Amino acid sequence: MTSRPGFVLEVDRSTPPILMWHGNSYRLERFPKGARILYPPEPQEPIKDPKSAIAQALESPTGDSKPLSALLHKGMRLVIAFDDVSLPLPQMQAPDVRQMVIEAVLEKAAEHGVDDVYLIAALALHRRMTEGELRHALGARVYDAFHPRKRLLQHDAEDPSNLVDLGTTEHGEVVEINKLAAEADLLVYVNINLVSMDGGHKSVATGLASYRSIRHHHNVKTMVHSKSFMDMHNSELHTSNWRMGRHIASQGVKIFQIETTLNTDTFPKPFEFLSKREWEWNLKDRTAFIASSTSLQASPDWISRDIMHKIRSPYKLTGINAGEVEAVHAKTLDKVFSQQLVNVEGQSDILTMGLPFVGPYNVNSIMNPILVYCLALGYFFNMYIGKPLVRPGGVVIISHPNKAEFDPAFHPSYIDFYEQVLTETTDPKEIEKRFEESFANDPWYIHLYRKGNAYHGVHPFYMWYWGAHALDHLGGVIILGGDPKATRRLGFQPASTMMDAIEMAKSVVGPDPSITHLHSPPLVMAKVI
Amino acid sequence: MILEGLEGKTVFITGGTGFVGTALIERILRTLPNTDVVLLIRGGRRSSPEARFQREILKNNCFDSLRDRIGSKEFDALVQERIRVVSGDVSKDGLGLSDKDLAILGECDIAIHSAATVSFDAPLDSAVEVNLLGPSRVAKTFNDAPSSRENRHFIAVSTAYVAGSRRGDAPEISLANNPLYPDVNWRAEVDAARQLRDEIERKSRDPKNLEEFQRRSRREVGSAGVAILAERCEKLRKEWVRTKMVELGRARASSLGWPDAYAYSKALGEIALSEAVLDIGVSVVRPSIIESSLIQPFPGWIRGFRMAEPIIISFAKGLLKEFPGVPEGVIDVIPVDLVVSAILAVAAKGADERTNYYHVASGSVNPLRYESLVNMVRDYFQQNPLYDDKGQPISLPKWSSPGRSKVQNEVNRAAKVLGVLEDVSSLLPLRGSRLNFTKDLESKRLEVERALTYVELYGSYAECEANYLVDHLDALKTHLSDTDLEYFNFDPRQVVWSEFVSKVHLPSVVEHSRVKTHPEKTSTSSKRRSERQLRSILTDEPRLVAFDLENTVIAANVVDSFAYLATRRLKGSEKVALVASLLAEAPSLLSLDRKDRGEFLRYFYRRYENAESELLKEDSWSLLNEYLLTKAFPDAIWRVRQHRRLGHKTVLITGALDFVVRPLEPLFDEIVSAEMTEFDNGTLTGQVPGTPPIGEARAEILSQLARKYGLSDDQTIAYADGTSDLPMLERAGTAVCVNPEVKLLNIARRRGWRIENWSRAKGASSIYLPIAKVNQ
Repeated sequence: MTSRPGFVLEVDRSTPPILMWHGNSYRLERFPKGARILYPPEPQEPIKDPKSAIAQALESPTGDSKPLSALLHKGMRLVIAFDDVSLPLPQMQAPDVRQMVIEAVLEKAAEHGVDDVYLIAALALHRRMTEGELRHALGARVYDAFHPRKRLLQHDAEDPSNLVDLGTTEHGEVVEINKLAAEADLLVYVNINLVSMDGGHKSVATGLASYRSIRHHHNVKTMVHSKSFMDMHNSELHTSNWRMGRHIASQGVKIFQIETTLNTDTFPKPFEFLSKREWEWNLKDRTAFIASSTSLQASPDWISRDIMHKIRSPYKLTGINAGEVEAVHAKTLDKVFSQQLVNVEGQSDILTMGLPFVGPYNVNSIMNPILVYCLALGYFFNMYIGKPLVRPGGVVIISHPNKAEFDPAFHPSYIDFYEQVLTETTDPKEIEKRFEESFANDPWYIHLYRKGNAYHGVHPFYMWYWGAHALDHLGGVIILGGDPKATRRLGFQPASTMMDAIEMAKSVVGPDPSITHLHSPPLVMAKVI
Repeated sequence: MILEGLEGKTVFITGGTGFVGTALIERILRTLPNTDVVLLIRGGRRSSPEARFQREILKNNCFDSLRDRIGSKEFDALVQERIRVVSGDVSKDGLGLSDKDLAILGECDIAIHSAATVSFDAPLDSAVEVNLLGPSRVAKTFNDAPSSRENRHFIAVSTAYVAGSRRGDAPEISLANNPLYPDVNWRAEVDAARQLRDEIERKSRDPKNLEEFQRRSRREVGSAGVAILAERCEKLRKEWVRTKMVELGRARASSLGWPDAYAYSKALGEIALSEAVLDIGVSVVRPSIIESSLIQPFPGWIRGFRMAEPIIISFAKGLLKEFPGVPEGVIDVIPVDLVVSAILAVAAKGADERTNYYHVASGSVNPLRYESLVNMVRDYFQQNPLYDDKGQPISLPKWSSPGRSKVQNEVNRAAKVLGVLEDVSSLLPLRGSRLNFTKDLESKRLEVERALTYVELYGSYAECEANYLVDHLDALKTHLSDTDLEYFNFDPRQVVWSEFVSKVHLPSVVEHSRVKTHPEKTSTSSKRRSERQLRSILTDEPRLVAFDLENTVIAANVVDSFAYLATRRLKGSEKVALVASLLAEAPSLLSLDRKDRGEFLRYFYRRYENAESELLKEDSWSLLNEYLLTKAFPDAIWRVRQHRRLGHKTVLITGALDFVVRPLEPLFDEIVSAEMTEFDNGTLTGQVPGTPPIGEARAEILSQLARKYGLSDDQTIAYADGTSDLPMLERAGTAVCVNPEVKLLNIARRRGWRIENWSRAKGASSIYLPIAKVNQ
């Protein structure tokens, strides 16, 4: 049975209330007649035998590349870099696709007598993964084999002894990446391409790079010109990464890229109803919704957060391609789009979205206001090809509690960004000019990034730049159910009900607005024509 | 008459820093161009008489209009030319004058003695020394100083209340000639007062009393170390002596028919003066209750918070529900400029052969009825209400003219309740912003207590039914010329009370009392003060900044760090058992900590004996990431870095163990911590040799570090949370209290130290027990 495609539903009298994420919980919201709901396609059928698919991909590579076994020989040094805990979301049920691929690569390496192998988590400026997270991503066997021998490493963008300057691109961008990876005889990169932004040259050029290098594309100017950064052909972010990636290849770094795609089967049994279309809910779904949403709402935040973060997705592999970076990535993108893309006609005045409990940067942690901002205006807003779902000068309505709560171990610089920077200004350009450097070079943040589990001091700035294109485009942002103080700190307006929010939006977009709701889960991407 | 009478004369003035004295100097300077002034000023502990003259007299707004009119350069020249300051003290024989200054005194034509201990609750002995002995002492010195001048004239500023609590007409005659006064030997009073002082001093040193002072100081400052406890103890003893002397003064005064030690000592002072053998002429001016000025130097000028004001403000704030007093009684008030005019008129007229007495009072010719005063005050505050902290206007109770005792009881009750609430709150384990309510509680209690004192003290004045005759004053007025009348009219009849109270006096009182007259929520002045404070802390000048760790930077302590580290490598059930045993021990640990922090740390650290130091060093990283950071105050960590960015040297001074705080190293320039020794096999001994960096040792460490960086103690800033850090906080140039406990909070408020209420990051998972996480 093939999965049903996504589609746009126009709300009429018979439309039931629509499910909307609201942080650690969710609720049903009724939309005005005429509003459009963008429903994602159903999860695609997975590959029946992932193991042999992986083996096949390694041996019949895509693009200008030899098969993996031809690249392996005794006495060489092999470095396997892999995507960190920010992918996939939520974490997938064991075995993680990284574990499956890495085990296959290691088997091949062993067959060819390669014993000088390192594993590197490609953190970029993200936090270091905890032992539990590494064990989950790699499996206990790999972890126990590599960690005690200090061969399981996490990329350190602030370790001057393990970075190598590969020169600059023709645009003057500094290319500085992990030395161990760059100088290996072969660098295998194992990716999970959850959304179209991931992968390609970005894997190495960003994932294994230093702050000096990343700053060339993670800045306001680039982000404003990435329309959207989910569409690499119109993304300045990707253009810069591609220049860097090609430069890295030209410097003799040999990369064997392995990209995987997953279907959108996001929630396991008890939460299945989340991905179902509301009019198809049966009695069990309704009961599950009522029971789970009431108990989540009644629990203290930290308990409901804990429950949600313990969810492991039944994601399944839908594609794997290995070989030369660009050729591999082209195939990967096709696969991602075939799963996620829905055609939408025209923009609307208002775009509504419910934000879930997790984004790329708060796995096993708190979604703080800056991450709320980033998930909404960085990620969800940018889930388009062509033009945004909302017209220029339109309004985005976000549903999330948006409390001023922070994880002090993972997000220390976020706290200071919220208290010291956002109290001064919310303008990305000014923030970049006045504050970025002092946060990026703060020795305490660097210390916590390197030794603790903290995001780099500059990371909250990147979150803010991520939303720069949306800020530029929109006439207003309203957070439905958002904590008023925290919402205003972000420069947005709080509203307590959907009807209030729409009324407030009218003062920006005018009477009788058109509304589009981005339905999630699962992930969906709009091709706006 | 006045201008001519004082032409070319030199006037000697005591009490120039007082209310009347300042006005007197200003008036002479402004209106009598050919009269010079010599001021007797006592040197302060830190300032010379000349400095006090500049700061306490010339800086007063009394001189503003003159300075504005002629320009400050001209003003300074005028002062330079016409005013001389001599150093001396009215409580010393011969006024403590040097020979040179004595010669200056001798060349004065008039001496006006306005120095007095005006506080109505002065201790008996100081009231006796200054008020009783002062006038005759100054007169005698003036009399005996070698002089070429003729017709020298001594004027004593006394008070109408020397008449005491007697009813009916009080004439302007010497008390010695008045049959209504008991025949008291003032010399015996002086001796008795001095002896009482000695006796009380002796009593205060009784072991039993000393024990009590010690107990109280411990309760106030906790385990702050010997030096601070001793200092506090001595302060309490001095306070006790003072209170006793005040009580004795009040008792003695009332036994002789005077309302308080002030009137009593002033009255005996007049008698002593009248018995002094003098060649010079003597006059006595007796003003009643002196209040803000009617016209000069500007309407409403007032110096200091005087007697009726605290009562008025307490009433307007709703603290005092009632005014004590007899409704039809007369409250005898006189504006200060009228008093000054009268004194100068007496001076200009010259002395008679016999000592002349002048009442400057309004009661007999232009009485202000108590009831109408209360109504005026009520009306005024109804139209111009004060506001409470929440920005709401304070409504006023209706006056039911209760007796003094009823009001006293009422206020007493309120004070007691507030006192109990405060005691209870100090027993609760609260810190930081949760203690904000105690601030209100303390200030409410203090205000109520103050109101109570005022009612006690001034109540008798509101109930006074004496009628001060002003025949001599009226006779004096006939000498005034038309020009005199313009500048020196002292006739109490000119005061229109309703105008004076509501348009002149009350606005001035409100302005001086710094109360809220606008409905803002937080007074902008306190906000501005806080900003100013912060700016002075975050200065770009070199500073050494010391931080305490526990509850200042991190809401954790040595016990939970230990529990975390100890459980890190234990299995589930063992973890629980260890924490449970610690919890069971908690009360005894806490009480040991309160008693002596050093002993507590040593006792507790024994637990680390035989622990493997390498493992602990490794585990300290996860202690930071999993535990300490979630318990840290982000504001504190930010503040440390703010200081560093300004180039300040930052240092962490903590009693915690070195390996526990090592992960914090990059945050500070330096860390001073307790260091545990190791056995040869790499396990810990559980012993911390040397003095742990706590209590008084911290103050020393702070000074040493300051010297190391080439800074003085004044250039240091200390952040701490408990009274055990008091030595360091006091040593530091600037002290900042973080989430202070009640005892420290009260001290910090009194000293004006900055208080920071920092909290953990909201949303951090609640860790109830300091147990290390199990790895998934």
